[in-house]
Amino acid sequence: MKNASMPHESKSRLLATLGMAVLSSLPIAIAALSFLAPPSSAQVTAQRLLDAGKEPQNWLMYSGDYAGRRYSTLEQINSENAASLAPKWAYQTMGGGKFETTPLVVDGILYGTGQDDRVFALDARSGRPIWQYQRALPGDIRPCCGRVNRGLAILGDKVFLGTLDAHVMALDAKTGNVAWDVTAVDYRGGYSITLAPLVIKNLVIIGVSGGEYGIRGFIDAYDAATGERKWRFYTVPGPGEPGHETWEGDSWEIGGAPAWITGTYDPVTNTTYWTTGNPSPSNRGEGRAGDNLYSNSLLALEPETGKLKWYFQFSKHDEHDYDATQVPVLVEQGNKHLILQANRNGFFYVIDRVNGKLINANAYAKVTWSDSKDASGTPIARKDASPTPEGNRVCPGAAGATNWMSPTYDPQTKLFYVTAREQCDIFSTAPQPYEAGHAYYGSAYFPNDDAAPFTGALRAIEPSTGKIKWEWKHPSPTWSGVLSTAGGLVFSGDAEGNFIALDAASGKALWHFQCGASVYASPMTFAVDGKQYVAVAAGSALFTFALP
Amino acid sequence: MPSLWIGLQIIRRRDWLIRFSCVLTAAAMLVCAVVAPSAFAQEKNPYAGDAKAAKLGEFQFRANCAFCHGLGARGGGRGPDLTRAQKRHGSSDSELFRTINDGVPGTAMPPNGATQQGVGMTEEEIWQVISYIRSVQVKAPAQPMGDASHGKQLFYGSAACSTCHMIQGKGGRLGPDLSTTGSARSTDYIVESMRNPSRRLAQGISEAMKEFSQEYETITVVTGDGQKFMGVVLNEDHFTVQMMDTRENLHLFEKDKLRSLEKSRESLMPAYDPKSLSDKDLQDIVAYLLLVGAQ
Ligand code: HEC
Ligand code: HEC
Repeated sequence: MKNASMPHESKSRLLATLGMAVLSSLPIAIAALSFLAPPSSAQVTAQRLLDAGKEPQNWLMYSGDYAGRRYSTLEQINSENAASLAPKWAYQTMGGGKFETTPLVVDGILYGTGQDDRVFALDARSGRPIWQYQRALPGDIRPCCGRVNRGLAILGDKVFLGTLDAHVMALDAKTGNVAWDVTAVDYRGGYSITLAPLVIKNLVIIGVSGGEYGIRGFIDAYDAATGERKWRFYTVPGPGEPGHETWEGDSWEIGGAPAWITGTYDPVTNTTYWTTGNPSPSNRGEGRAGDNLYSNSLLALEPETGKLKWYFQFSKHDEHDYDATQVPVLVEQGNKHLILQANRNGFFYVIDRVNGKLINANAYAKVTWSDSKDASGTPIARKDASPTPEGNRVCPGAAGATNWMSPTYDPQTKLFYVTAREQCDIFSTAPQPYEAGHAYYGSAYFPNDDAAPFTGALRAIEPSTGKIKWEWKHPSPTWSGVLSTAGGLVFSGDAEGNFIALDAASGKALWHFQCGASVYASPMTFAVDGKQYVAVAAGSALFTFALP
Repeated sequence: MPSLWIGLQIIRRRDWLIRFSCVLTAAAMLVCAVVAPSAFAQEKNPYAGDAKAAKLGEFQFRANCAFCHGLGARGGGRGPDLTRAQKRHGSSDSELFRTINDGVPGTAMPPNGATQQGVGMTEEEIWQVISYIRSVQVKAPAQPMGDASHGKQLFYGSAACSTCHMIQGKGGRLGPDLSTTGSARSTDYIVESMRNPSRRLAQGISEAMKEFSQEYETITVVTGDGQKFMGVVLNEDHFTVQMMDTRENLHLFEKDKLRSLEKSRESLMPAYDPKSLSDKDLQDIVAYLLLVGAQ
């Protein structure tokens, strides 16, 4: 069956598409006919992306804005009325496995992605599809950790997608037709793409997954109009490049450091911030002596060229899979320009984003891998925290104190909210030979035998002190991200399937809905025709909620 | 059309069983194609008895499976002991391949590539893992030489296990159904469950997308109107708890409406010490559980 031909790109267009095409070529008719068809999709310009905050009814990029705050100024749904939230519609992808998308909403149309590189455009008021696309993936892809995709980017009349077979694609936002499709890298080397790209000016910036396969990570930029690659920044420096000396022998060639979460952007200094994952193999440091730059790092890049301005490495020579792939959130504090990151290694870092210097790092979850800091205040690993053949219990566990699920920063409460996982694991080594495209971790891990079960919490952190202002306890570790809104609300989900609205100041739950399956996504919000909706993916469905 | 593609995927997964497949095309025509057998469709492990392949399989096993099945495949908190020659879901090479590739639907055993832990394996790597499992398989199962029929008498009689446990439809419902425990759990685990039940609580419902299954914690609630119930937690989320009381009545409570709720990891099962259950009788019960587990 391996050789049997697979159907090519599949796509279903509903009549609504026709309606749209006609309408957008006849703009005058729109007002008159708007009851018949979804609102028209206006061109999303680079300027609109810069000013995303000025159109809170839309959600124009993965984290809502370039600062990565996942915060909305919409306040129709607020702490006074959240208790009356009700489901509005659900869209079923019918895909299996985890559904991690954060949809975009542009002028009444919602664009999302699903399992196995599905893409869909829906009328954001009803959830009824306008077009659907699914990539014909090769049969032999083996992406680590699920056949997932976290979302799209948009510019002009195109939406952009990274695929599980490591392609970067543009689809026509009106029809779902493929506008261009380029190979970023051969997926058979263990590469895949799961993140939502970030558009800056005319460039589509994207990174790769594959830290479990001994890849050499990179971040790419493609011309949004043509798909032509403009630059590539290798997250593992090659011979002659600074940082190359932090790798033993040839280990850099398979050094990992994938960049698999969407970056952020500061237009004032014209800097884009990206984060990277583990060095390979993830749980065995033998054979790759050195700091292993730029694994588990924050990178400040010039968007036009991919030139590195500075870097900050969170976990040097990591042996616990402490990927730094959490959205680096840009926050202003007085005259300070900061990056806040709650890292998978259990520390909450405050970094000066002008020069990359650490301001402070405080634990926000249980940490045993580090008990000291270097002169700069960076937590450093204990010698005896390394995985051993018999196994060594370390906190946080292999999935981390948090992971890819987005945090949020609320400028009203000035609090940073993050999903924390309290899980320790036993890390053991398993020397594994490298073979291209095959698993290459060098390890195994097990949940340890602690009497008490693992838990989790949504924590509100005060950035200036690192103190936890309040926490909402989860019965078990969860993979839901967090959204905050000007309505004084924080939204998040849990592994038991609840989607919850909490008071942003107090952490008190105001409302919840049982989605019937774990939430594996970060929520977002939008408005159409003056009505605010909150959306989250759970199970195989995208749910939306609004006031009655 | 996405549905077409999904259909093909499922067929690919099962193609060593279904050698031809029918697909409803976009044009609504039924097209049947004979699927060429591939390496995938093999019945026998091409690496049988190959020590090097078994070693490679061990690495794969540690990365992908040990999380649940434990180091050395002797069973962990979440997955059964795989060192027994007799496997519930089939012991032949091709049956093992199917179990590992497809998972066991409705249980925590995931299909290849769909684990939270680890990455998917190639066909070759699955065969290597099978070589590894064969290499750790215990030839003469280290089963206690107990008397299963006496064990059955104790289970339903003086040891009173059946007041709380069901086997093949007979018995109580407070504790987990033990019909398959004999094959799913290591002997050590079963012995520990009787001698020291609180040390590790049994796992209950495991929802498809949830990482950690529910455990049989002990719960005591007092309702708003003062009624008190004690039992085991069947399913709990932040807002509600579903429990079975000691009289086997099912309850659902909204936590914020309760006067009190206390949970404990002290099992509701009594610890059977050697005075109340001799080592010999315990061996007999274990033999009975192993016997029914193998059926
Ligand atoms: C998330 C936990 C989990 C992981 C990971 C896992 N398993 Fe399992 N496995 C289970 C459970 C639970 C069962 C028992 C299913 C049942 O109730 O029959 C099982 C059953 C099996 C069986 C059938 C045993 C029998 O008696 O028929 C085999 C074989 C097996 N697993 C092999 C593997 C291999 C090989 C891997 C790694 C590639 C793996 N499992 C990964 C949980 C897991
Ligand atoms: C009063 C009720 C009660 C009685 C009597 C009882 N059990 Fe249990 N048993 C439980 C409960 C509740 C659990 C789940 C909590 C735990 O793991 O201890 C359990 C768990 C177990 C488990 C663990 C199952 C798993 O999958 O982890 C085994 C094995 C077991 N019991 C065997 C026995 C045997 C054999 C007897 C008789 C000698 C017995 N039990 C008597 C209530 C009982």
